[in-house]
Amino acid sequence: MTTPLKVVVLAKQVPDTRNVGKNAMKEDGTVNRAALPAIFNPEDLNALEQALRLKDRYPGTTVHLLTMGPGRAADIIREGLFRGADGGVLLTDRKFAGADTLATSYALAQALRKLQPHIVIAGRQAIDGDTAQVGPQVAEKLGWPQVTYAEDIVSYDGKEMVVKRRLERGVETVAATLPLVVTVHASAPGCRPRHAKQLLKYKYAKTLSEIQETGADYDAELKNADYLRISEWGVADVGGEEAQFGLSGSPTKVKKIENIVFQAKESKKLAASDEDIDGLIKELMANHTIG
Amino acid sequence: MNFYTDNNDIAFQLQHPLMRKIVELKEKGFSDKGKVDYAPRDVDDALDSYDKVLEVLGEICGEVIAPNAESVDHDGPEVHDGRVTYARGTQRNHEALVQAGLYGMSLPRKFGGLNFSMVPYVMAAEIVSRADAGFANIWGLQDCAETIHEFAGEDIQQEFLPRINKGDTCSMDLTEPDAGSDLQAVMLRADWDEKKGMWLLNGVKRFITNGDAQIKLVLARSEEGTTDARGLSYFVYDKAWGGVRVRRIENKLGIKGSPTCELVFTNAPAKIVGDRRMGLIKYVMSLMNGARLGVGAQSVGLSEAAYREGLKYAHERAQFGKTIVNFPAVYELLAVIKAKLQASRALLYETSRFVDIYKAYNFVAEDRKLTPEERTECKEYQRLADVYTPLLKLFSSEYANQNAYDALQIHGGSGFMKEYPIERMYRDARILTIYEGTSQLQVVAAIRGVTTGAYLNRIREYEKTPVKGEHEQLKKILVAMTAQYEQAVQLVTDRNDTEYTDFHARRLVEMAGHIVMGYLLLLDAQRCGAFEQSAAIFITRGQAWNTGHFSFIEHFEPDHLAAYSVLKDAE
Ligand SMILES: Cc1cc2nc3c(=O)[nH]c(=O)nc-3n(C[C@H](O)[C@@H](O)[C@H](O)COP(=O)(O)OP(=O)(O)OC[C@H]3O[C@@H](n4cnc5c(N)ncnc54)[C@H](O)[C@@H]3O)c2cc1C
Ligand SMILES: Cc1cc2nc3c(=O)[nH]c(=O)nc-3n(C[C@H](O)[C@H](O)[C@H](O)COP(=O)(O)OP(=O)(O)OC[C@H]3O[C@@H](n4cnc5c(N)ncnc54)[C@H](O)[C@@H]3O)c2cc1C
Repeated sequence: MTTPLKVVVLAKQVPDTRNVGKNAMKEDGTVNRAALPAIFNPEDLNALEQALRLKDRYPGTTVHLLTMGPGRAADIIREGLFRGADGGVLLTDRKFAGADTLATSYALAQALRKLQPHIVIAGRQAIDGDTAQVGPQVAEKLGWPQVTYAEDIVSYDGKEMVVKRRLERGVETVAATLPLVVTVHASAPGCRPRHAKQLLKYKYAKTLSEIQETGADYDAELKNADYLRISEWGVADVGGEEAQFGLSGSPTKVKKIENIVFQAKESKKLAASDEDIDGLIKELMANHTIG
Repeated sequence: MNFYTDNNDIAFQLQHPLMRKIVELKEKGFSDKGKVDYAPRDVDDALDSYDKVLEVLGEICGEVIAPNAESVDHDGPEVHDGRVTYARGTQRNHEALVQAGLYGMSLPRKFGGLNFSMVPYVMAAEIVSRADAGFANIWGLQDCAETIHEFAGEDIQQEFLPRINKGDTCSMDLTEPDAGSDLQAVMLRADWDEKKGMWLLNGVKRFITNGDAQIKLVLARSEEGTTDARGLSYFVYDKAWGGVRVRRIENKLGIKGSPTCELVFTNAPAKIVGDRRMGLIKYVMSLMNGARLGVGAQSVGLSEAAYREGLKYAHERAQFGKTIVNFPAVYELLAVIKAKLQASRALLYETSRFVDIYKAYNFVAEDRKLTPEERTECKEYQRLADVYTPLLKLFSSEYANQNAYDALQIHGGSGFMKEYPIERMYRDARILTIYEGTSQLQVVAAIRGVTTGAYLNRIREYEKTPVKGEHEQLKKILVAMTAQYEQAVQLVTDRNDTEYTDFHARRLVEMAGHIVMGYLLLLDAQRCGAFEQSAAIFITRGQAWNTGHFSFIEHFEPDHLAAYSVLKDAE
C-alpha cells in the first residue's frame, strides 16, 4: 500500500481552434475568441485521465483542477468534476490578465505552493498559445523534476513514479521522484466520459462570483453542500510579487502578426551540429522570429 | 456527433404534460433530496437531470458506439472453453457506458441507480439502438434488474442490484429447443438441494442473448411431473456459482455483435425469485412486457438510423442530372419512412408513460396505502400499458423493417454493399419482429384490446382533445376511420367463431393501431409544428390502409377461409 496522492491537474480553457470557421480571426490577425466555442484544452483532458487513473489505482488519492482564466473558465472545473475530479480552484483576477507563459507559470506555481500536491499533471501544449512552455516553467519555478511528453504513468511504488514518454522516434520509460510535474501528450488515452452521478451531483457547483451574478444567497445555496463551492483565488490569495503577475510580469511583446501559408518547401534540413543550430538561431533572430 | 442533441423529437417527448406527474410519483415527494447528493430537488431539476444525462449518453453513442458498429458487426463475439468474449468494439462500448454510470438508470438510488423513470430510460435505449441495434441488447438486458427489484426478496436485491451499475451484465434465459413462442413447454429442471440450500438447474437453453452474463434470470420447471405453466418458477443465477457452459454461439443474419448462446446447465445452483409456480404466469410476463418496450425502443432507434441514411444518400446521389431526392418516387419513400418513424416513436413514449405511472404507483404503495382514486388510476394505466405494449412491439418492429427496406432501396446497388451502413441496418432489423414474441404473438395479445374495447375507449379520449382549426380535416378522417373500425370489429365478432376472429385479428389490430398513432401524431402536432407533415401523411395513408382492410373483411365470406386453410393438409 502506498500513501494516497494529492494530484493537481493544470487545465486551460481555450478557443476551439480545431473547428475554425470564417470569423475565427479578427482583421488585425488575432484570434476572435468570441466566435470560437471555449473548450477544455484537448491535451489537458489526456492529463486529467492520467490523474483519474492514479485515483482509481491508489485509493484515497484526490484530484483537483487548477485553471487560470476569466470567470467563465469555471466551466473547466465543472467539467473535471463531472468526469471524476474532487474539486478545483479558479485563478481569476484582473491582475492575472495579459499573462504570457512566464507570468502564467508564475501564477500557477504560486497557487501550487499553496495547494501542495505530490504531483502536478499538465497537458503538453495548449491549442491556442501552442508554446508547450507552461508545464516545464512551472516545474522550474517549483524546483521539481519534470517528465514531459508522457503517454502513460506506468507505476508508483511510494517513492518513484515510472512514466512512459512518447518521443518522435519511439518511447522512453523514465523514473522520477515526487514531487513531480508531468506533461501529457495527445497520444495518451482519451479522457473518460462524464459520469452520470458526478454530473448530477455537481451540476450546481459554482464560484462565489457566479452565485452573486444570479443573485442567490451564497450561504443558502451552499448549506449542507460545501462540495458545490468552486474556490476562486486572486493575487491576494496566492501571494507573491504583484509585478510578476499578468501584463506587468510578461516580457513577451507581440511585435507584429503576419498571415502566412505553410508550404512544404519552406522546410529545411539541419545536421545535428552546433554550427547548424547556431546558423538557424542567427537566421531566426535576423528575421525577428525570435529575440 | 451527439445522438440526443441532434434529434429534437426525443427531447420533445420529455416536455409532455404527463411528465411532471410521472416525476413526482417516481421521486416519492423528493424524499432522497438532501440524503443522496445526486438526487433532484424538484420536478424541474429532475427533468433537467434527464436531459443532461441523455446528453452524455448521446455523445457516447455518437462518438464511440456508432463508429464501432461496423467492426463489431464484422468481428462478432467468440466462444472458447464454454466462455464468450465480446468483439473489441463491444467491450469498448460497454466500458464507456460503465464509466459514464449509465447502467442501472432506472434502479433506485439505494442500489446505485439513478432512479430515472421509464421515459428517459426508454429514450436512452432508443439512442443506443440508433448507434448499434445489436449492442442495445447487451445494454438493454439491465431490464432484468427491474424484475429482480420488483419481485425478488430484499436479500436477493441487495446481493445483485448494486452490481448492475458497476457493469455486471444480465441475460434472460427462457427459450429452449422445444419451447419458443410457447413457453409453457419449458423443461429445464430445478430441484431443491437440501444440503446446499440452493436449487440446482439441469437442462438446455437455446437462443439466449448474452448467455454468458454474470447475472441470469432462468425460467425452469420446479414442480416434478407438471407440464404446464403452473409448474414453472423463476430463478436468479450468479456466474460465480458455476455449472453453466456456453455450448455454442449462433451464426446469424444480423445483430452479429450480440452473442446468441446455447447453454448447458449441469447442477447449476440458483435462488428462487418470488413465489414458486408463478415463474411464467407473473414474473416472465412482467419481464417480457419490459423487454417488449425495449424492442420498441430498439426498433424506433433503428428506424431513425435508417431514415438518416436514406435521407443523406438521397441528397448525395445524382442521376439524370439531379439529386435523386427530387424524384417523387424517392421523396415519397422518405416521407413515408419519416411518418412511420415518428408514428412509432409517438406510440413508444405513450406506452412508456402508461408503464411509468402504474409502476410508480406500485412503488409508492410500498411506503403507504394508495387512496381509492390512486388505486383506480394505477389499475387503469396498467390495463392501458398491457394493451399498448403488444401494439407498440408489433408496429415499431414491422416499421423498422419496412423503413430499413425502403432506405436501402433508396441506395440502389450501393445499398446492397457492405460499404454503406444501411446494409447492416437492414439485417439487424430482421430480428425485431421475432424475438420477445413474434409479430403473430403480439397480435394474439393485442386482439384483447380490440375485443374488450380498450383501444376504442382510449381513441374516444383522444377524440375529446380539441385541435387547431387547420387540423379539423385530419381529425374528421380519424373520426370516420374509427366508425369504420367499429364496424369491422362488429362484422368479425358477430360470427362468434374463434378461428374466424384469429384469421382477421391482425387486420383489426392494425386498424386500431393506425387510428391510435394517427391521433398521437395529431396531438403532438398541436404542441409542435414539426409533426404536422407526418400527421397528415400518416393519417391519410392510414385511411387508405384501413379502407383496404375493411374492404377485405366486408367482402370476406366464411367459405373463403377454406382457400387458405387447405394448406393444413398440404405437405
Ligand atoms: C505567438 C504568441 C503570441 C502570444 N501573445 C500573447 C499576448 O499578446 N499576450 C499574452 O498575454 N500572452 C501571449 N502569449 C502567451 C500565451 O498565450 C499565454 O497566454 C498562455 O498563458 C500559456 O501559454 P500556452 O497557451 O502556450 O500554454 P502551453 O505552455 O502550451 O500549455 C501547456 C500546459 O500548461 C497548462 N496551462 C497553460 N495555461 C494555463 C492556464 N491559464 N491555466 C491552467 N493551466 C494552464 C495546461 O496544462 C497546458 O496544457 C502569446 C503566445 C504566443 C505563442
Ligand atoms: C437472435 C435471437 C436472440 C434471442 N434472444 C433470446 C433471449 O435472450 N432469451 C430468450 O429466452 N429467448 C431468446 N430468443 C428466442 C426468441 O424469443 C424466440 O425465437 C421467439 O420467441 C420465437 O420462438 P421460436 O423461435 O421457437 O419460434 P416458434 O415459436 O417455433 O414460431 C415459428 C412461427 O410460428 C408462429 N407461431 C407460433 N405460435 C403461434 C400462434 N399461437 N399464433 C400464431 N403464430 C404462431 C410464429 O409467429 C413464427 O412465425 C432469441 C432469438 C433470436 C433469434
